[in-house]
Amino acid sequence: MCDTTNIYTTLYNNNKDIFAASDPEFITKLRSDAMKFISENGFPAKKDEQYKYSFLEPHFGNGYKRYLAPKAIEFDVSHLFRCDVPALDTHVIILVNGFYFDKVNTLRTHENGIVIGSLNEAIKKYPALIEKYLAKSYSNTDSYVAINTAFASDGVFLYVPKNQQLEKPIQIINVLLSDEELMVQHRNLFILEPNSSAKVVVCDHTLSPVKFLTNSVNEIFAGENAHFDYFKVQNEHNDSVHVSHSFINQDTASNCRSTTITLHGGVVRNNLSVKFNGEGCENHAFGLFVSDQNQHVDNNLFIDHAKPNCTSNQQFKAILDDASTGAFTGRILVERDAQKTAAYQRNSSILLTDEARMNSKPQLEIYADDVKCSHGATVGQLDEEALFYLRSRGISEREARLMLMYAFAFEILNEIKIEPLKDRMSELIEKRLRGELSRCNNCAMHCS
Amino acid sequence: MLIINNLKASINNKEILKGINLTVKAGEVHAIMGPNGSGKSTLASVLTGREYAQVTSGKVSFLGDDLLEMIPEDRARKGIFLSFQYPIEIPGVSMVNFMKTALNEHRKYNGLAPLSASDFLKVMRDKKSLVEIDSNLTNRAVNEGFSGGEKKKNEIFQMALLEPKLAILDETDSGLDIDALRIVANGVTKLKTSENATIVITHYQRLLDYIVPDFVHVLMDGRIVKSGTKELAYELEEKGYDWIKKEVYSEEKI
Repeated sequence: MCDTTNIYTTLYNNNKDIFAASDPEFITKLRSDAMKFISENGFPAKKDEQYKYSFLEPHFGNGYKRYLAPKAIEFDVSHLFRCDVPALDTHVIILVNGFYFDKVNTLRTHENGIVIGSLNEAIKKYPALIEKYLAKSYSNTDSYVAINTAFASDGVFLYVPKNQQLEKPIQIINVLLSDEELMVQHRNLFILEPNSSAKVVVCDHTLSPVKFLTNSVNEIFAGENAHFDYFKVQNEHNDSVHVSHSFINQDTASNCRSTTITLHGGVVRNNLSVKFNGEGCENHAFGLFVSDQNQHVDNNLFIDHAKPNCTSNQQFKAILDDASTGAFTGRILVERDAQKTAAYQRNSSILLTDEARMNSKPQLEIYADDVKCSHGATVGQLDEEALFYLRSRGISEREARLMLMYAFAFEILNEIKIEPLKDRMSELIEKRLRGELSRCNNCAMHCS
Repeated sequence: MLIINNLKASINNKEILKGINLTVKAGEVHAIMGPNGSGKSTLASVLTGREYAQVTSGKVSFLGDDLLEMIPEDRARKGIFLSFQYPIEIPGVSMVNFMKTALNEHRKYNGLAPLSASDFLKVMRDKKSLVEIDSNLTNRAVNEGFSGGEKKKNEIFQMALLEPKLAILDETDSGLDIDALRIVANGVTKLKTSENATIVITHYQRLLDYIVPDFVHVLMDGRIVKSGTKELAYELEEKGYDWIKKEVYSEEKI
């Protein structure tokens, strides 16, 4: 057993009685199954196909402080952090180091039966509902997901009953605030019953200049004909490591969109896994990252067309400067019965320097014979002809480069369907490309 | 305004321009004609600072400055404009943002304050009518999905906005039907003043019916082998370039 596996096994053994004292039985079982998977499989090796572009084990074994319950933190929300997106009207939820911050309204039930709150509270209040869904969107195959299952004790819970629409988006602000190096694992569960809809905006921020390791899991269940729109913006400092896993389960005729924008981060690995459990589903996944210095951003997608007549579409773009590195893996599996599948994928990247590196790996596995699939990957530089055209009109080389980079990014920004968010993101991306601080206006942390 | 003195330039070590001499004064229209591969487009590239052509010797002075020392954007701000033979499509960059940025860079260079958004839109409206360009086009991304004729109209529209001192029209007539040609040529003619000058690079005499040149030069194998007035263009149209080739060739023999 390797050292990292040992660390977590020991941590688990030392704390399992404490967990068991407050967890319902099904959670105890989930944790012990997850631990069993870890002790049997360890962590992905450097050559592991799934993690070959992002070797994460060293980050998980480096002795970050881990809290299994929230540590008391002085945090004045109104002073430190007001919303990033002034015109955006949302239900704001703050997680501080992965724990629900609002101690008063931990779980709110709205008039139409919509429940928004802390997952920890929801487990106590709605154990049967949670048991039906939690950890059901995947089988244990990934040690990082298993670590989260074994140790996560809080996060956001959303339940939208049948035929109900959540009008205002939920905005989850993940704040990392600590005076010591910290590992954070939260877990979000979003349940949308048939014909319901919801929008979720997630913002990740580091507010202290210490090293952070985030290992989060999101599970999304979209019932028949449900609509879900998920938007994630990552803005963490260069010493942070962020691993996220999102599992989207779609029932018949449901429609889900996800957009992941990485403005800043040290090492970022985003996993998105989509499964169609019914016919007529649609899934759209968009991604954009801008990286510089030694940053590393890796987006890993898996789309499982298990049923016929579904459509999936992935558009991921990247602009890499300095010695930053990136990766994109997009695996599309069209199962034998999934006739009339339409699956599209595109990954384009611009490298601004000779040192920047991008690995792009589309993977199509098609077992049905009546399908429409396309994929394309390009890695290149800015178009010299276009650059000269702009300069020949008197635009400086620097400005011309910015215009072309922004134009490249705009295709993804334009897919953001929440207008104030789109405007704000466009502004942030432009500032980011200009090399100006992309920190959000009212945030105390001046991310560099 | 423009003095080109014994200009030589190569592409990939192959000499394309072999000693060009040309003087253009304010208020003049010069036509440069010549067969394919004679160096017409290379000359336009060298004057606008495109990097693929290497200047090996010679001098170019523009309004008293050493043009060859200037970066492309400064040449543009100083008053040189190239209407591209093949205008580039730039998806994602809006025409409005493109032209507003360009115009304000010109103004900054000339010590003027930038135009406000509303002032700019007003200028844009005025110039649009000049080249009969469709409003829809200026609301789109630069040249994206434009037809050949629309792209050329857009070049002249940009020229109208930037008001260059020296406009170089590189094969502006190629790919245009007769109506588009007339609109483009009328635009150029309307923009002509006693203060500015135009160099028209073309294969055919057709465009010169609309943009009447004061001088016609024949470029052949990297040199201006013959200069004359607009009648020379008619003569070329009638007799073809072989006629000049023979004449030059026999002169060299003597």
